[in-house]
Amino acid sequence: MSRRPYIRKVQRTWWLGHRRYVVYMLRELTSLFVGLYCAVLTVGLIRLAQGAAAWSAFLDALSSPASVALQLVCLAFAVFHSVTWFALTPKAMVLTLRGAPVPAKAIVGAHYGVWAAVSLIVLIAAGA
Amino acid sequence: MSENVTLEVLRYRPESDSEPQFQRYSVPFHDDWVVLDALNYIKDHLDSTLSFRWSCHMAICGSCGMMINGEPRLACHAFLRDYRDAVIRIEPLDHFPIERDLVTVMDGFMDKLASVKPYLITNGKTPPQAVENLQTPLQLMAFKQYTLCINCMLCYAACPQCGLDESFVGPAALALAHRYNLDSRDHGQAQRADVVASNEGIWECTFAGACSEVCPKQVDPAAAIQQTKISASLDWFKARLMPGAQ
Repeated sequence: MSRRPYIRKVQRTWWLGHRRYVVYMLRELTSLFVGLYCAVLTVGLIRLAQGAAAWSAFLDALSSPASVALQLVCLAFAVFHSVTWFALTPKAMVLTLRGAPVPAKAIVGAHYGVWAAVSLIVLIAAGA
Repeated sequence: MSENVTLEVLRYRPESDSEPQFQRYSVPFHDDWVVLDALNYIKDHLDSTLSFRWSCHMAICGSCGMMINGEPRLACHAFLRDYRDAVIRIEPLDHFPIERDLVTVMDGFMDKLASVKPYLITNGKTPPQAVENLQTPLQLMAFKQYTLCINCMLCYAACPQCGLDESFVGPAALALAHRYNLDSRDHGQAQRADVVASNEGIWECTFAGACSEVCPKQVDPAAAIQQTKISASLDWFKARLMPGAQ
């Protein structure tokens, strides 16, 4: 008898069936919002180069309710992006210290430490 | 009265079925039975036509991988008592063609496995002939976890990329390539790079991480692939910044 293997097609909704894949798709989606906020910052730089009036108009536009809502959404996705990727860093980084592997928690913790230090430097530089 | 559990098994008989369909079986519940015991009960007492692969019944042979309530599991490693409150849905491993019932076609997987040259490739110089090829415990530790793979293919069923692109070399094969690349006795990394560092190799992986979550042996193929991405990127830069350097 000849073989007749049956091939199942992957449904477009494959990722809705398990929490693991929903979280994964959300993580992938975060890149859009991170990219969007980078575009906002780039526009800000362009407006800054155009002079004081343009910069002031840009700041006004940023403080409108719709703009603040968008920035909050971007912030939420950026935090989700950072937390999920930080959690994965020990898989990519193999570190040994005196012949023993560095624990995953230490690698993730170091990322949060650097994140906090860089944020602090930026805040100090911005005169906050 | 003794308790029963219901198994809903995806059947596909190529000689008569145009597509797979579910069939229900009621089997006795035993606290120490795994899903594989229930399938063997069906085969022995209810329906001898049901086809599935198994061999060792101790999570070593890697033969009895299947979808159990939508999750890739070894049937010998999944206790009925963890599923007893509802119908247990049993399907063949996702992302593989179905040969018959719960038996999948493994040919593509075997070809991918062979394509990464999963064996020691020596340079013919070290060690000199008739001398032992010594390895320190630290050198062994570098790759030991990647030797534990039992080729059960659960990672291929869990990986979304394996489902979306059948040319993806996949988690187990890439982890095995990493195992040999990390081995201090091996000199085959450059020979494996054509497959491993190709678009269908590590770069097809989007780091969903599902492969490592379902692995019954904690091999962590996702880690192997990400580490290979880093070393392949460094090799790429090295080749361009220092042409001719090894």
